[in-house]
Amino acid sequence: MAEIRVEGVSKSYLGVQALDDISLTIQDREFMVLLGPSGCGKTTLLRAIAGFETPDVGTISIGDRDMRGVPPGKRGIAMVFQSYALFPHLRVAGNIAFGLRMHRVPAGEVAERVEKAARLMQIERLVDRYPSQLSGGQRQRVAVARALVMEPQVILMDEPLSNLDALLRLQMRAELKRLLADVDTTTVYVTHDQVEALSMGDRTAVMRDGRILQIDTPLAVYDRPADTFVAQFIGNPPMNVLRARMAEEGVELEGHRLPLAEADGRRPGEEVEVGIRAENIEVLLDREAGALEAEVSVIEPLGSHLLLTLQLGAQALKATTRIDFSVQRDQRVYLRFQPQHLRLLGTGWSGGGDSNSRSPAPKAGALPG
Amino acid sequence: MTRPSRMLAYGAAALLTLFMLLPIYLIVLAAFSSRAAIFDYPRPLLPGGVSLDSMSYFLRSYGVVPALGRSLAVGGLTVVLSLLLGCPAGYAIARYTFPGRDLAQLLLVNVRAFPLAVLAIPLLVTFIEWHLYDTVLSVAFVHTAMSLPFTVLLSASVFMRVPVELEEAAMVMGTSKLGAVVRVVLPNSIPGLAAAALFAFVLSWNEVFAAAVLTQQSTTLPAQLVQALSNSPLPFKYAGGLALTLPAFIFIFFMRPFLFNAFRGVAGAR
Repeated sequence: MAEIRVEGVSKSYLGVQALDDISLTIQDREFMVLLGPSGCGKTTLLRAIAGFETPDVGTISIGDRDMRGVPPGKRGIAMVFQSYALFPHLRVAGNIAFGLRMHRVPAGEVAERVEKAARLMQIERLVDRYPSQLSGGQRQRVAVARALVMEPQVILMDEPLSNLDALLRLQMRAELKRLLADVDTTTVYVTHDQVEALSMGDRTAVMRDGRILQIDTPLAVYDRPADTFVAQFIGNPPMNVLRARMAEEGVELEGHRLPLAEADGRRPGEEVEVGIRAENIEVLLDREAGALEAEVSVIEPLGSHLLLTLQLGAQALKATTRIDFSVQRDQRVYLRFQPQHLRLLGTGWSGGGDSNSRSPAPKAGALPG
Repeated sequence: MTRPSRMLAYGAAALLTLFMLLPIYLIVLAAFSSRAAIFDYPRPLLPGGVSLDSMSYFLRSYGVVPALGRSLAVGGLTVVLSLLLGCPAGYAIARYTFPGRDLAQLLLVNVRAFPLAVLAIPLLVTFIEWHLYDTVLSVAFVHTAMSLPFTVLLSASVFMRVPVELEEAAMVMGTSKLGAVVRVVLPNSIPGLAAAALFAFVLSWNEVFAAAVLTQQSTTLPAQLVQALSNSPLPFKYAGGLALTLPAFIFIFFMRPFLFNAFRGVAGAR
């Protein structure tokens, strides 16, 4: 059992609030992704769980054990660093064996477990090399093997794929996900890459300015973002956020009345932001009742689909269509929004999760990672 | 590099090497020549006949061999002491920001600006009180003080080049802070620390003033020779000159592998 419980943790450096009253429970064997732009506090939170940062207030427990004053080496964790942090003076085998030797595991068992970990990561042929003789991808594998060999309760990963080139990152992403699903560990994975967050995690915590904005399954975060920031941080292209005004039933957008699936207690006349994903906008060539007239300003063929940038009144938005959709620049098209795809942002739309969503409080100053 | 510029670089390197080696070559040549050949003029640039007369005369002279031993002892002690004291200080400067850090670094450099002659009398008095006067230890202490600023600053720059994540990785895997330094930081700092050791040794080996002031009977070889050379016969001077240069060379020779990457590509393994 290695449930990680973070309760009311705050941490500030030189007057900058790196973590602001963070509460978060990561379940046993869960894959939790901490996602956010640089300076949002995600790495600080990871390092607090690892024991490299001491919270100013609040408690962190791993597997029901309070971690206050427990050094990193006694927390039952393993960590994969962004820079891999392989020891240059040790061969691959020595690197993988390091932690076991520190824990005084008998030599025979060390050899056995190192071999097993190397086989798992497909680096058996590299065990006699020094890290400097490895490619970036191979180093990455050694770093993961070095973590897995400890059979830890918790694996912490700090942007492990960010130093790989695009193709390798794609492969490793799937491989890591498979590997970590096979071992019985709780994983905390820090990334600024929303694709990794969506594709790998059981749940994603989106962070900004030291706070957690939303914790939910990747799908829920994507589909029902808690606020405008989350909406525009996640997804490619980001969710369209349109200025609109509440009406008697639904919202008024650029002079058109759009019904909403869920009323939200907002009063008519109030200014709101409405979010809709590019793929949920239906683009029609012919005028239809209830469809909004727009003009095509940019057409980007992306292989699997077309990405259109459209001008709707005074506002720009993006929509995707089939790749064979025949449309010209400056052509008039008609957009249909389904009520169930429209999101009122920043009004507590987040689904489950054990932390309240908060609207982002813009703050000056940013911290690394 | 293009071919002509490479030729130029090699040419310059050859010239520089010649410039450094020529005097040493001449000393070696003279030290192994027979007594009569030393006075030949013009000086032959190729060895005539090898003669061990000068060297054996030098080594059999009163007090030379014990002084050589003391010099090595002082040099060795200086290396050990300056590394033991300098590395922790260098580590603190490299890893932590603490009040007065910049001032400490500045003061360290200034130690070298302080004339040793001014220090000599108070040191002399202190060492007499401590019953350290005329001992190897007293000379080693002064040499350590002289080499420490360099050791501290050099080891700081060496430690700065070892990523903090390496230490953190070691600590996650179960070492203490000190354990991480000993098992990960130090092994990856060997080339730089070897350079610091080399500097300390050569400084100690060449230092004459403190060694001469602080000792009477148990003086180091350079201090003894400086007093003796001016009124010695020429063969003794050449042999003494060789004895002064040789140990530093031998030390550098053994340190050489550590000065470059001790294991392939330490720098590349980031």
